[in-house]
Amino acid sequence: MRLFGHRVPLTALIGLVIIAVNLITAIGAPWIAPFDQANVVGDAWGDPTSQNLLGLDNLGRDLLSRLIYGARMSIGLAFVITCLSFALGIVTGFAAAVLRGWVDTLLSRIVDLLLSMPTLIFAFIVLSVLGTDLPVLILTIAILDSTKVFRLSRALAMNLAALEYVEVAQVRGEGLWWVIRKEILPNAAAPLIAEFGLRFSFAFLFIAALSFLGLGVQPPNADWGSMVRDYRDMINLDAMAPLYPAGAIAILTIGVNFVVDWMLSIHSHAHGDGA
Amino acid sequence: MLRLIAQRLGLGLLTLFAASVLIFAGTEILPGDLASAVLQNSATPESLAEMRKELGLDRPAAVRYVEWLGHAVEGDLGRSLASHRDVVEEITPRLKNTMFLAVYAAVVAVPLAVVLGLMAAIWQGGIYDRAVNFVTLLTISVPEYLVGYILIKYLSVRLGWFPSLANVTPDTPLLERIGLTFLPMLTLVLVVMAHMMRMTRASVLQIMASPYIEMAFLKGLPKWRVVVRHAFPNALAPIINVIALDLAYLIVGVVVVEAVFVYPGLGQLMVDAVSKHDVPLVQACGLIFAGAFILLNMTADVLAILTNPRLRHPR
Repeated sequence: MRLFGHRVPLTALIGLVIIAVNLITAIGAPWIAPFDQANVVGDAWGDPTSQNLLGLDNLGRDLLSRLIYGARMSIGLAFVITCLSFALGIVTGFAAAVLRGWVDTLLSRIVDLLLSMPTLIFAFIVLSVLGTDLPVLILTIAILDSTKVFRLSRALAMNLAALEYVEVAQVRGEGLWWVIRKEILPNAAAPLIAEFGLRFSFAFLFIAALSFLGLGVQPPNADWGSMVRDYRDMINLDAMAPLYPAGAIAILTIGVNFVVDWMLSIHSHAHGDGA
Repeated sequence: MLRLIAQRLGLGLLTLFAASVLIFAGTEILPGDLASAVLQNSATPESLAEMRKELGLDRPAAVRYVEWLGHAVEGDLGRSLASHRDVVEEITPRLKNTMFLAVYAAVVAVPLAVVLGLMAAIWQGGIYDRAVNFVTLLTISVPEYLVGYILIKYLSVRLGWFPSLANVTPDTPLLERIGLTFLPMLTLVLVVMAHMMRMTRASVLQIMASPYIEMAFLKGLPKWRVVVRHAFPNALAPIINVIALDLAYLIVGVVVVEAVFVYPGLGQLMVDAVSKHDVPLVQACGLIFAGAFILLNMTADVLAILTNPRLRHPR
């Protein structure tokens, strides 16, 4: 199979299918889910039946429906975080590369500072003061994550800005915004799209880990991470319950990574290996 | 070379200082102030003012930072807001447990990853290599809790080989401790090994493209000998670097794994402290985690300098 003139390997195809299925589930949750996510339809931990394919959860709600609605929360949150961190990272990264001087120094030092300790630990410190409301979570992870986007877009823009056609545009008297939009952005697009996939899977795993630790999405809202937390005690009774949301997290991450791997290999044949 | 190492050590200290500023500032400059975070909903203007005074928040932040850092250097990390116990006393047993688990995992993961990665490089393109490539690509994206719960479900609940809870106490004997923490260790190893293996393989294969390797082949040496004796020593620097960075990742992985196996480590302590808004305890844990992270990063750089033959014999 070919897509945009590139051969699509099997792994990338699997990845694309996984992403598509997840997106459809997340967007169409109210129509796909057999029950409402908050509806109690039977006893706690009821066995799977033809109506409740995966059985019931800790409060007697349909597990499959909870999973489907959880896709909405997990994917939606990660998507919003990634978009924010991208907007922030690209603007600051390009600004640093084009303006140079003190702007570049200041921004780069701030980013160095933020990267001086593990993201999770820094997030803990912020959350210990601000609590775990959704806007706090979104902003914290987006800002921490934008440091990596900043580094990539700054490096990309630095390389591109040194090329002749960018210099020509500048000599021609084009404005800063025009140069970024017309000359730099189109040529930086391919690696940035791959980076978007990477950052998405990072934000997705990160928010899921926080929720699993009880510091992310709080009830009555639920994402896949908090579902693993709610169902975890059942593992000692040999139940599958916590493995469904955890598996869903893993499958989507693997799907995204397959696609990102393929995109990176398209744009860097020189590295070939992909490792 | 000594100057390079000294430079790197200095940079490490500077980073640690920066991290301490960040940890302190993170709980200070943010809009929600410490007193309202502690009191939460029960806050009245009077109780807030009193709490601010008790916590010393009425003095400038810079003064309190210098005080906090000074005390931290002397080994006094303050008192927990939730339990009112000394933070150092609270942390020490937990830190020992976390260190034990991390070292246990590293001791198993590093040799295993290097040997398996080398084997993949020797049989490059073969079935083993492709299988390793595929499996590591899968496990690299799997979250720790999925691995942990799968291991619990099958190795612990179904087969009953290992306990599912790692409930160690300070006087658990070493042998029992190794058994109790086997599953958490295995989870960490599985999660962290994939990346190490891939990087070992990639670094060796990159060296394999150089002319002196071709020379070794032309001398008629067998492939395993070329890989182990000629390519591997020269690929060591990037491999060591990756291992140290992966071990730094282990610090974060440990937090989640401790939660899965209800292991009384530093990560669990920090998570509890965060949900209770116990800021002094969070700061102390953060300082330790950041310190370990920075130390490993620094070790990676120093080892890279030491193992680089071009830097070892300066002209």
